Amino acid sequence: MTAATTIATGSPPDLDAFREQARAWLREHAPAPSPVTDIEAARAFQAALYDAGFAGITWPQDVGGRGLSTAYQQAFSDEEAEYELPTYPFTIGMGMCGPTVNDLGTPEQRTRYLPRLLRGEDIWCQLFSEPGAGSDVASLQTRAVLDGDSWVVDGQKVWTTNAQWADFGALLARTDPDRPKHSGLTMFVVDMHAPGVTVRPLKDMSGRAPFNEIYFDSVRIPADAVIGEVNGGWHAAVTMLGHERVSIGSRRRPKTNPLDFTAIAALAQRLGVSGEPATRERLAELYARERVLELFNVRLRQEAAAGIAPGARGSVAKLAGSMLARLAVDTVGEIAGPEIVAWDPEDTTGAAVALGINSTPSSSIAGGTNEIQRGIIGERVLGLPKEPSVDKGVPFRELKVGTQK
Amino acid sequence: MRLVLTEEQQALRAAVRDLLTDRAASPQVRAAMESETGIDRDLWTRLGRDLDVLGLVVPEEYGGAGAGHVERAVVQEELGRALAPTPFLGSAVLATDALLALDDEEARRELLPRLVSGELIATVAVAEPGTPWGPGATTATASGDGWTLDGTKTPVVAGDLADVLLVVATTPDGPAWFRVDAADVERTTLTTLDPTRRLAKVVLRGTPARRLESADPAGALERVADLATIALAAEQLGGLQRVLEMATDYAKVRVQFGRAIGSYQAVKHGLADVHSDWELGLSALRYAAWAADEAPDEVPVAAALVATFFGPAYFKAAEACVQYHGGIGYTWEHDAHLYYKRAKSTELLFGAPGRDRARLADRLGV
Repeated sequence: MTAATTIATGSPPDLDAFREQARAWLREHAPAPSPVTDIEAARAFQAALYDAGFAGITWPQDVGGRGLSTAYQQAFSDEEAEYELPTYPFTIGMGMCGPTVNDLGTPEQRTRYLPRLLRGEDIWCQLFSEPGAGSDVASLQTRAVLDGDSWVVDGQKVWTTNAQWADFGALLARTDPDRPKHSGLTMFVVDMHAPGVTVRPLKDMSGRAPFNEIYFDSVRIPADAVIGEVNGGWHAAVTMLGHERVSIGSRRRPKTNPLDFTAIAALAQRLGVSGEPATRERLAELYARERVLELFNVRLRQEAAAGIAPGARGSVAKLAGSMLARLAVDTVGEIAGPEIVAWDPEDTTGAAVALGINSTPSSSIAGGTNEIQRGIIGERVLGLPKEPSVDKGVPFRELKVGTQK
Repeated sequence: MRLVLTEEQQALRAAVRDLLTDRAASPQVRAAMESETGIDRDLWTRLGRDLDVLGLVVPEEYGGAGAGHVERAVVQEELGRALAPTPFLGSAVLATDALLALDDEEARRELLPRLVSGELIATVAVAEPGTPWGPGATTATASGDGWTLDGTKTPVVAGDLADVLLVVATTPDGPAWFRVDAADVERTTLTTLDPTRRLAKVVLRGTPARRLESADPAGALERVADLATIALAAEQLGGLQRVLEMATDYAKVRVQFGRAIGSYQAVKHGLADVHSDWELGLSALRYAAWAADEAPDEVPVAAALVATFFGPAYFKAAEACVQYHGGIGYTWEHDAHLYYKRAKSTELLFGAPGRDRARLADRLGV
């Protein structure tokens, strides 16, 4: 079964048959799980996935997608959850940049970028956050100045996933500092191989470097690289963030988590403390919070299938996930005590637990801090009034932004 | 599993809410709370006769609606939301579930249709000090054709209102269930932390009793306890939603320092946390109710799960509701305290948070 044969038949395939095909294909083609180190192998896998009809399942047919409903994507995601596919380099393009180009791009942009993206020929990254613009991303300072028939970009982006492999980026830059902050932004497609683009790995507090920081030094971008409207970048950004929420929401948790109930219960057993009342209570509390969040996600999926949009409730899942991660850090500490302070160099459990502890702060920062999530829930779900804003209607160049000394 | 309500289930909710909006508004709840019986008989009759929601889990052959626990949970949610003054927990939950869990066909045929219509109120007397789910120290002694019971049961939900009590007592062969007529026991209405739910002490002194048939009395007790925990969680969910609404509505209109207090992050974020608990809890409750209908093997863990979650979550929400109302929330006149007391009392009625967690750990095998 290929995408081409399905498109030719015109009518959507039977959902159960589709699921069965996905299961059979994955059984045959899914590689053994391992971190992505060989990017060419990952691209080849993505191409094979596309040829089999499982990439761009919901994307429109005119750009190479299958034009099927989200039920098919859900079916594939359910099957895929059994594996760890090497599709990580393509997640930003597939989940965020591609759908935004599809929504807002010109016909030329759609046909130029989307088919290549689906086949893994181009890898994309998203260039929004800056050192001075995190939660308040609309206060970003990277500027793009029109010079003849092209734009010249200078500035710095940070926390950029997959930029080390990226061919293109969706860049949000300031094109008119005399307008209020939200209305002077423009989104561009930037060629990550262009002169003046520098990508550096950013080492985080866990010691790993899954993100990058990007420097733009007089980088030239052609005029036809604008996504949407000039100074309409905030609309484009909101569109992309909407896709990001869906993308994050549908992402499955890793199959093994050293700080989940099962892992910590096994650790307690190994350390001989599993019968202690305090241990049992802590484990029960962790289980309860974990299970309840899992059930909430099941409910959101069932509601989505019934046509009830998750809306801003994705923020509840995000917030609850991060609070669960913090609880797990407390729980593993209470149970293991000094055992997780130091361990033999060959003890992989010790290292995994330490990595879990040290990477947990990212869960309440990345993708919108807990404080931002609570603000979203308070304002968009509960309808509470916004705080009075001091920057509304003020030209960007008159605002205080970033870190002031 | 199914965690989304059907249209019929939503219609059921709307019907119950309409009735309670009309008949169980704050002044009516307060009037009942200060009355001699603590309940609103008229409301009880309407729930049974007009809405026919007292026998949702009862098969049609016994006069019930043949629906299920998901439907009953919807009703319980609404009752908890309104603090409706009824003996639902005692009669439509505990006693009804006990009759269905036991194997006494005669008792079912005689009692269930009258419980479903609301003309008869029954309850289960199992708790004794220190052992909310018994069997405790109450003993049953064979006496002629029947039995006599001796002991003290407390607290008994709706124990002062019930016409019939289903009592758990210890026989020489282990725990067993007995039917006792209210006229044969001494009852004391207890003074309660929560003024909207009546609890009683029941003293049995050589009380004549009829033993109820059961192949597995201890298993039946466990089933009754788990189902009551799930029903209570539904009530907690409804109350949690109501205090969240009260606090949110107030935070939108209460202005201090020139701004609605809900615009301050200190308040907004606290309410966001309560809302998150409501969303999470709703999902867990729907699951537990679904399990009660469809997946009996999952009920022990599901019941312990909702007990662990809802006790602290509802109380935290009720506490936040008082807090965000400030001084007015601390007055007798405002309803916030009724929910605060209901939340704390419900958290502790069948145990305590630590014991709920320990029970969950038992059932998870840790």
